[in-house]
Amino acid sequence: MKLTHFVAASLSVALMSSSALAGSHLAQGRDGNVNIIYWQAVSILNPFLSGGTKDIDASNLILEPLARYDQDGNMIPWLATEIPTVENGGVAEDLTSITWNITPGIKWSDGTPLTAADVVFTAEYCMNEDGGCQQTTSFSDVESVVADDDLTVTVKFSKPKPFPYGPFVGGTSPIIQAAQFKDCVGAEAPNCTEQNFNPIGTGPFKVDEFRANDVVTMVANPNYRDPSKPAFASLTFKGGGDAASAARAVLETGEFDYAWNLQIDPTVLSDMAAAGNGTVISAFGTAVERLMVNMTNPSADLGEKRSTLEGGPHPFLSDPAVRRALSIAIDRDLLAEVGYGAAGTATCNVVPAPAIYASDANDECLVQNIELANQILDDAGWARGADGIREKDGVRLSILYQTSTNAVRQDTQALIKQWWAEIGVETELKNIDAAVFFGGDQSSPDTFQKFYADIEMYTNLFDGTDPEAYMNSWTCGEIPSPENNWLGSNMPRYCNAEYDALAAELSETAAIEDRARIVRQMNDMLMSEGAMIPLVHRGRVSAHANSLNGVILNTWDSETWNVADWTRGE
Amino acid sequence: MLNYTIRRLMFTIPTLLFISFVIFLILDMAPNDPTGNLPMTIPPEVREKIRISLGLDSPMYVRYLLWCKQFFINEPLNLIGEWFNVCIGACEDRLRVRSWATRSPVVDLIAERMPQTLWVVGMSYVVSIVIALPIGVISAYKQYSWFDQVGTFVSMVGFSIPTFFTGVMLIVIFSVWVPNDSIFWLPSIYDTTHQVTDWPSFWFQMRQMVMPVMVLALYNAAQLSRFMRASMLDNLSQDYVRTARAKGLKEKTVLLVHVLRNSMIPVVTVIALSVPQVFGGAIITEQIFRVNGLGQLLIIGIQGADIPLVQTLTFVFAVLIVLFNLVADILYGLLDPRIRYD
Repeated sequence: MKLTHFVAASLSVALMSSSALAGSHLAQGRDGNVNIIYWQAVSILNPFLSGGTKDIDASNLILEPLARYDQDGNMIPWLATEIPTVENGGVAEDLTSITWNITPGIKWSDGTPLTAADVVFTAEYCMNEDGGCQQTTSFSDVESVVADDDLTVTVKFSKPKPFPYGPFVGGTSPIIQAAQFKDCVGAEAPNCTEQNFNPIGTGPFKVDEFRANDVVTMVANPNYRDPSKPAFASLTFKGGGDAASAARAVLETGEFDYAWNLQIDPTVLSDMAAAGNGTVISAFGTAVERLMVNMTNPSADLGEKRSTLEGGPHPFLSDPAVRRALSIAIDRDLLAEVGYGAAGTATCNVVPAPAIYASDANDECLVQNIELANQILDDAGWARGADGIREKDGVRLSILYQTSTNAVRQDTQALIKQWWAEIGVETELKNIDAAVFFGGDQSSPDTFQKFYADIEMYTNLFDGTDPEAYMNSWTCGEIPSPENNWLGSNMPRYCNAEYDALAAELSETAAIEDRARIVRQMNDMLMSEGAMIPLVHRGRVSAHANSLNGVILNTWDSETWNVADWTRGE
Repeated sequence: MLNYTIRRLMFTIPTLLFISFVIFLILDMAPNDPTGNLPMTIPPEVREKIRISLGLDSPMYVRYLLWCKQFFINEPLNLIGEWFNVCIGACEDRLRVRSWATRSPVVDLIAERMPQTLWVVGMSYVVSIVIALPIGVISAYKQYSWFDQVGTFVSMVGFSIPTFFTGVMLIVIFSVWVPNDSIFWLPSIYDTTHQVTDWPSFWFQMRQMVMPVMVLALYNAAQLSRFMRASMLDNLSQDYVRTARAKGLKEKTVLLVHVLRNSMIPVVTVIALSVPQVFGGAIITEQIFRVNGLGQLLIIGIQGADIPLVQTLTFVFAVLIVLFNLVADILYGLLDPRIRYD
């Protein structure tokens, strides 16, 4: 180890001195090996066949998109020469097509040039009905993708797309090599183990050895476009275990250089960081932990009509006063501090970022006010019964509150139950294994789509920076019901013609300021009506060794987006 | 004996088929879903398509029969083909049992994980046998001596403290407290890609195995030493021991030839019965030290509702358990002349 270090160091010194004369940069691979640990192990290196973040982050070391988001959410050209816009003529006036220019001279790791044909092939690969592609959202409304010449690609949409940056932008939509995957289209896609485990890419690294669900070892791509990058000659991407021990491996034992997604008890994490080996970093994206309020009646007596619009409104959550009281009885700062530490801040919006979309009209809920909550319920006619629980016309304020099994969520549940007890609301807590809760199994009564409870809690977010698809989640057509096999993302069963009209307007608006105004309006509508009760704006937490330089945590794209710039310092 | 073995082997076939069906049924009924762990940004319609592409829309018996065909016909054919480098039938298009998460053949995944599991878990069994047998013998021979009391205490501790506690405790001591450059420092994360080629790499392999092996060995040795002690105590009070001593045999001969041999009979069966556990891996210990062997493969499969993987792994364990039960029975007959099956 020491010897290789020395050899690598002296080699790079030699190269530095010789290249300094030539006026060139540092050599690739001068900093030896970098160790990354993800506590979820990588299963496959083809991001189109896996939605898992760990698989996407690992494949992003090898595969690259045409454009990415930087740490501030701005789009930056990656394999393309520039970001197409209406102004520079890259996006058609009628918003139905976008034309990308690929930077000339980019090579795949096998030495062949990247061409427009690869980009076209990537689209065909993912849009094939039989391929089981998990990133089809990026290609929604795409009609065709054609190569105009070797380095120009035009994407045509079936309708005007005010935000045409779905395909080939961000870590979930990278370019794969046509030559390698040509026999893997459609039903053959899952059978191409060799290709799925060893994709050829344009990125800074290429696969050396892949052990599914365990470890990936990579070496620097000799054909990478910048000869001075990556600084590391090899990379180990280890998986498995749990978040706490991954944090320990970076912060305490120093065996690893980078650890991903350390959602553990904040005090444990800061104790580990005190050892002085590494730094905990966090950044905020769009993720918000929220309570979904069931606007329909979840009573088991309704049978098939349970939690559907036909089953009628909720006996007490349909009262806006109750929803408002439940919201302001919560101390969000305390929830953020207890459960998330540096990775959470209190929020009253379901769209907390990017800044242009964030509303400030709902900040009432930031301060807990039990007194006011009690007042609101008193005024609305909910009187306390003999046992201290409020009731009106024989309806008791008794809530079934469900979420997935997770230590932080159970702490949050307990705290909220206590605050709600103070305003005369009885709460029964329930937690369900995440794979079941989020699983969407039609036969299970415990999925978050069926929502056979009064309140449910989880985190949701949107990819990239454009919230259009996300805002569409709460239109009437998105309500899960037996008719659509419970597929739909409108968990609160919120249905408002005014909201739907705004959603339609958004889909036709191109100017960013106008889009932001509409999104804020929609957010405020959801908040003031209490369809959702946002709790905590959640960030990503990772840790890196102090000797690893150049890490910029990015919540808008893959966490490994700038790995080519990582270097070893002192 | 041969007849008996053949009869038993014949009987295992319907047993195993039944077991495979029960496993499939249980997995099918479990309220788990392969899209459950995907990020929230993947919309429900796409999730439904993923389910269909995995074949989840076909009825349960179709999926079971498909698995049977893949596992009992296609996989053996493929194995034979690979061993002898020949192509039997349509070897290119033959459907193999594929994991839903990795999309690669499950049998290849198992083969890839076998070395680290055998190294770590297998070695821990060897270590625990080497520790447990002498402790059991001495404890029984000197019953209620201080050695026996200490042995009892240690095995109670070893048996009652869970491996996730001892594992993390060892990591805190040997990886965190002990400085990195010290000779006593041990890696907390197992490197599965490490290859033993020379002495330094062998030394590294030993160092990275010490902690997981010791954690498992302590736990297993605790059970085994109690077993050995009880079996020795049973035999020590037998008449033949008194006869042996009356004949004037040396105490060493009495103990190590007469008593030990007879006491080993039940202990050997216990050891044989625990061999399948070696292959089953150690889920918790593998997870703590990231040995990423068969136990970790199983737990990842369960968490991700990777049904073909879980089904195949569980079934392979079932085969091993049934086979080693048979081996234990045969060993019993070989070791104890009083027992005859025919």
